[in-house]
Amino acid sequence: MNKRLYANTGVLARHIARQDRVRLVIWVAAFLVSTLLVVSAFSTLYSSETERQAMAETMENPAMIAMVGPGYGLDNYTVGAMLAHQMLLLTAVVVGVMNILLVARHTRGEEEDGRLELVRALPAGRLSSLASTLVVYTGANLVLALLIAVGLVAFNVESIDVEGSLLYGAALGVTGIFFAALTAVFAQLSESGRGTIGLGMAVLLLAYMVRAIGDVSSEALALVSPFGWIVRTETYVNNLWWPVVATLTAAVVLAVLAFYLNAIRDMDAGFLPSKAGKKQASRLLVHPVGLAVRLQRTGIISWAIAMFVLGASYGSVLGDLESFFADNEMMQQLLTPVSGVSLTEQFLSMLMAVLAMISTIPALLFMLKLKGEESKGRAAHLLERAVSRTRLMGSYLVLALVGGWIMLSLAALGLGVAGNAVMEDSISLGRFYESAMAYLPAMWVMLALAVLLIGLAPSLTVVAWLYLVYSFIVVYMGGLFQFDEWVTKLSPFGHIPELPVEEVSWLALSVLTGIAVVVLVAGFAGYRRRDIQGG
Amino acid sequence: MSVLETKNLKKHFGKVKALDGVDIDVREGEVFGFIGPNGAGKSTTLRVLLGMLKATEGEATIFGKDAWSDAVELHKRIAYVPGDVNLWPNLTGGEVIDLFVKLRGVKRSERREELIRRFQLDPSKKSRTYSKGNRQKVALVAAFSSDADLYILDEPTSGLDPLMERVFQECVMEAKAEGKSVLLSSHILSEVERLCDRVAIIRDGRIIESGSLADLRHLTRTQLLLQTKQHVPDLGEQPGVHHLEEKDGALVFQVDTEKLDDVMRYVSGFGIVKIESTPPTLEDLFMRHYEGVEG
Ligand SMILES: Nc1ncnc2c1ncn2[C@@H]1O[C@H](COP(=O)(O)OP(=O)(O)OP(=O)(O)O)[C@@H](O)[C@H]1O
Ligand SMILES: [Mg+2]
Repeated sequence: MNKRLYANTGVLARHIARQDRVRLVIWVAAFLVSTLLVVSAFSTLYSSETERQAMAETMENPAMIAMVGPGYGLDNYTVGAMLAHQMLLLTAVVVGVMNILLVARHTRGEEEDGRLELVRALPAGRLSSLASTLVVYTGANLVLALLIAVGLVAFNVESIDVEGSLLYGAALGVTGIFFAALTAVFAQLSESGRGTIGLGMAVLLLAYMVRAIGDVSSEALALVSPFGWIVRTETYVNNLWWPVVATLTAAVVLAVLAFYLNAIRDMDAGFLPSKAGKKQASRLLVHPVGLAVRLQRTGIISWAIAMFVLGASYGSVLGDLESFFADNEMMQQLLTPVSGVSLTEQFLSMLMAVLAMISTIPALLFMLKLKGEESKGRAAHLLERAVSRTRLMGSYLVLALVGGWIMLSLAALGLGVAGNAVMEDSISLGRFYESAMAYLPAMWVMLALAVLLIGLAPSLTVVAWLYLVYSFIVVYMGGLFQFDEWVTKLSPFGHIPELPVEEVSWLALSVLTGIAVVVLVAGFAGYRRRDIQGG
Repeated sequence: MSVLETKNLKKHFGKVKALDGVDIDVREGEVFGFIGPNGAGKSTTLRVLLGMLKATEGEATIFGKDAWSDAVELHKRIAYVPGDVNLWPNLTGGEVIDLFVKLRGVKRSERREELIRRFQLDPSKKSRTYSKGNRQKVALVAAFSSDADLYILDEPTSGLDPLMERVFQECVMEAKAEGKSVLLSSHILSEVERLCDRVAIIRDGRIIESGSLADLRHLTRTQLLLQTKQHVPDLGEQPGVHHLEEKDGALVFQVDTEKLDDVMRYVSGFGIVKIESTPPTLEDLFMRHYEGVEG
């Protein structure tokens, strides 16, 4: 290996660590605290064995398997087993997201913004930037692994032993390292930071879905996905270490590939072709909505495909779910039957909530792009050219509203089409669509919040994401943690009637819509008044 | 002696031939100007020389070493300033300069403080608050406070005000006085004219002209204004005379530099009352080349 290719990696690594120290501390602390909160919730809420066994029973449900992975140790479902079975995968997904975002920023992001050019003109090796990023993030993931392990052991719960805790931490850590290495490869392929993040997220989502389908129907398929490995550690029950070794090996292979690609390419170049642009703006582009659409075209198309596939992969589980309910008497007793509504349909509303919240991610992205354009100084160009602020913000809002609606529709459609293909008693597509559309007002509230933040406090737009994460936790896992009702009601998604089980509550829907309108108006007013950055 | 040399340097981006056989050489202790229209290939040449792009064909050597494979060694002796400087938004200017010093593996010099003062830079501000010119100053301070032997500067003054532009020119002169070499790409021709010993003009990825300013001037025309006692017949027909006009009783015309002697002999016979000559500026030279190719 040529030492000169890595010259000054140490200095750059310290530079990265320094820049990210606050960000990393927040992320790691968030992982640690949320994991420990879950342990504490589980050990108080499910303190008796009967309660835990009742929950274990529901874990055989294919929808649950698709969500959290195959059950293990269900005949003696300890708090440790519960934690690892229900939380490890979800936490690993978020660790993956963290690594994608941060590694993309230090690799391709740095290059795209022209800062790498300054570094490369100094006596730093061609591969030093990549090497230092991977060194720092490998370190960060190891620290995360260790802190989680130590935290879990220190919590002193009987079934949470030392080896299991080490494995739990290690599983998260290696997943993080895997996604760091994967992102490093994508940073060589794509020519932009956004593209790198997009590829990373797409693969993460795909890995999750492949595992979901695989876990329900074919283990061989699940083993294609790194998440499929991680859920097979059977932490706190059998403590299998092979998935950790396998993930780490895959990460090393990816890292080597990334280094190789980096070594043979020009600075600023990527291996994926970037299309030549048009010479003239099409008529659409001249309108601000057209411009907003054009700027995010790739994102819109990728999300549309992803939402349909996501809906379809959930839908593909519905057949197994149906037969599971038919065979399982206990489940039939547990879910009180509602007349005219099948057990499968009862599950639909929960799936819809999840799909609606995921559809809100692209809608928020489309809206918040306005802020991104502003901080890059490009919004100022438009505003100077006689596009009023209301119109500019309105264009992004229109895109976000229409985009969110399309995403949700596609997800519902995917769910319906795939579901009906595998179920014996089919449910009409209209019914799927109806229960999805009921979530639109909640999505509007989220978008209105984003508009308000852009209008009044543009530096705080992360609050919109935190609110979505909060909604996800309380709605998705509210039942698990037995939150009080008001906790759920703090999220707009907690107010949506669960169609088709519940009646349509026009009152709740109109109130949400009303709130969205009021907040929107305030956001627009704020945006008209404040200073615009850049230009 | 050449410190920097390219031979038949080619760089293709897919079908685009950004460089199509570039030959330049920068000698020790000289300031070498590199000029040409937008998209001509200046930045591409410099990036190949800095080992950021791999040449498709040809050679690029600095201090006798290969620009691509020996980049790390070479960069210890080179300072680079790009035209568009982007810094880490949450670091102060001073921190950025220190980072560069650390990457060079040298000690902080007192030159740093002196340059910060001369460029009137506030090093305690976060980079995100700097204007374009101030970001450029950070890179300039870092470059000139390093003890480099070769400066590669790509439109380094595109954001500076005239006062700072002068400070920059002083810095280049000082570097030259210390025997350092400078490769300066610029669109500001007066700056090139004032600083450079030799220049190369690049167009469409090829060097179309190079040499000392005196050599290049030779290739162009001198503008003359002439008043004589007697009428000068057939002046327009003399070889080397162009664009003859009469203005307020005086003759205004251009003469090819190599024909200047003949023309002066010819007109001296008619009793010169007044003669004014304007030397060709680099701009004239530049314009002539551009127009020549476009026409
Ligand atoms: N990564 C790239 N991919 C494709 N073409 C490129 C790339 N980089 C540069 N070019 C092309 O190479 C040519 C030379 O570009 P270069 O940046 O070297 O010009 P320049 O002389 O520095 O221009 P300017 O005066 O505007 O800075 C241009 O036609 C440009 O479009
Ligand atoms: Mg250039």
